Amino acid sequence: MATLEGSADADLSKDDGGVRRRDFINIAAVSFAGVGGVVALLPLVNQMNPSADVLALASTEVDLSGIQEGQAIKTIYRSQPLFVRHLTAKEIAEADAVDISTLRDPQTLEQRTVDGKKQWLITMGVCTHLGCVPLGAGEGENKGEYGGYFCPCHGSSYDTAARIRKGPAPLNLEVPPYSYTSETAILVG
Amino acid sequence: MSFPWAKEYTPKVPLMKWLDDRLPLPRFVYNAVGGGYPVPRNLNFFWNFGVLSGLALVIQIVTGIIMAMHYGANDAVAFWTVEHTMRDVNAGWLMRYAHANGASFFFIVVYLHIFRGLYFGSYKAPREMIWLLGLVIFLLMMATAFMGYVLPWGQMSYWGAKVITGLFGAIPVVGEPIQTWLLGGFAPGNAALNRFFSLHYLLPFVIAAVVILHIWALHIPGSSNPTGVEVKGPQDTVPFHPYYTAKDGFGAGVFFIAFAIMVYFAPNFLGHPDNYIEANPLSTPAHIVPEWYFWPFYAILRAFTVDFFFIPAKLLGVLAMFASILLLFFLPWLDTSPVRSGRYRPLFRKFYWILLLDVLVLGYCGGAPAEEPFVMISQVAAAYYFAHFLIILPLIAAYEKPLPLPGSITEAVLAKHGETAAPAAVPAE
Repeated sequence: MATLEGSADADLSKDDGGVRRRDFINIAAVSFAGVGGVVALLPLVNQMNPSADVLALASTEVDLSGIQEGQAIKTIYRSQPLFVRHLTAKEIAEADAVDISTLRDPQTLEQRTVDGKKQWLITMGVCTHLGCVPLGAGEGENKGEYGGYFCPCHGSSYDTAARIRKGPAPLNLEVPPYSYTSETAILVG
Repeated sequence: MSFPWAKEYTPKVPLMKWLDDRLPLPRFVYNAVGGGYPVPRNLNFFWNFGVLSGLALVIQIVTGIIMAMHYGANDAVAFWTVEHTMRDVNAGWLMRYAHANGASFFFIVVYLHIFRGLYFGSYKAPREMIWLLGLVIFLLMMATAFMGYVLPWGQMSYWGAKVITGLFGAIPVVGEPIQTWLLGGFAPGNAALNRFFSLHYLLPFVIAAVVILHIWALHIPGSSNPTGVEVKGPQDTVPFHPYYTAKDGFGAGVFFIAFAIMVYFAPNFLGHPDNYIEANPLSTPAHIVPEWYFWPFYAILRAFTVDFFFIPAKLLGVLAMFASILLLFFLPWLDTSPVRSGRYRPLFRKFYWILLLDVLVLGYCGGAPAEEPFVMISQVAAAYYFAHFLIILPLIAAYEKPLPLPGSITEAVLAKHGETAAPAAVPAE
């Protein structure tokens, strides 16, 4: 070892401004291993993301034809409840009558439904407070004082457009991405 | 726990000084695998395989914990959750192939590590405890690998579980109750699968604990070296870091290249296609063999085909197989030659290579079907295996005339160097 350092490396250091061949090899090797190590971590982290079979269930088709006016159904989208509600003319009028500047999360019913399909309110059945399922979609359930949904966990009340009106929830019930595949069917997700 | 000239850990920043007074963990690491561990200056690449075994253990634990996140230990779904991992989980195929091939690579590097120890006499005083703890690790590895192979619940898993637990059935009188107890039933089923999963998760951490003892025992006398001559002074050693971290880093690079070739281009080469058929208790695969790393021992198991007096052949095979490993626990006291390294033992060296060939032949026969000529070859090779340790080694130790040993490690290194480059350096030292 002593002979190596004494001859080859010492000579090089004079010519190359103090950078020895060994320094170059050291930095190159450690950088290469470092980058490789970080790249190897990516699949180890990514494996915890939703797998292909979970993503395959990430869209839900709903047939609207059987849902009467004033009725609502619960179905499942991404393993969570989805509320599909056929609003009555009275409920639409109630929702439209609200001055949205007074709302915690200001949105009109138009903004929460598709053009020309104002009677179909499609929202997640997940309270925006801490994720309980609000009541009001099933027959005879407590709809809260605003006639929409009522979360029994911490008392959040939603109105007929599923907007938050009272209680701790910060936001309106989420409207998932969906589109009409025909006059009476939607594809959520 | 080290040589007096070992470099002392000196924390530079106040935070590290503060930590050193309260929990000297950085000092511990520095003395174990840092500049504070003086290592013989003449280690060759065969000394890489200890670190590589540790690396393989880490790969197995990391990929194994990930596999467990996607696995269901229930005989109704186990096979399908493994397929789910392969097809649906992000990079799940990579995790499983890395885990399955990682087991093979773990055994490859451990076998090289063991045969390094056999050639250079690393098991001799004062390093017997390192050898014994290493054998404990080896036994734990075999148990872990076997139980892991059962978890995918394919045909080979199922019949492997049945055959290996059947080994215990060979024990007279209590054998069958023991087998039933091990399986939690009369054949492998949900109970067996669950306990194997539980233990397969536990044992790697037991291995990690014994590895710590193994390294602790290593640091008492320090590493052995290719000459087998003990370290005599500071000129015989270099600090572990950076000299052997660099050398082990190079070895790790080569390891990863070979590992990547297997994982990406031949992931099922060492596996068995029958294990992609779900376990079926009504049909045994035509040719049932364990994984390659068990083949030499499997050959010894099958070498016994006739009853010997009152001992049935089945029991003899099982006893011989366990004895072939337990025998190694007595090796430090069977090889009584005071010379460690095979380099200075001309007669031992010849028989060492014959033993290696013998184990390879046993391995080949263990993977071959149980028919002639393999049964006969297994019998001869198994007999030779036992003869090597019980008869040949003690005789060599008694009659061999070893070559003259170098005066020190440094002398050996300089003599080798002197032949080609600097003859003048030899008398100077």
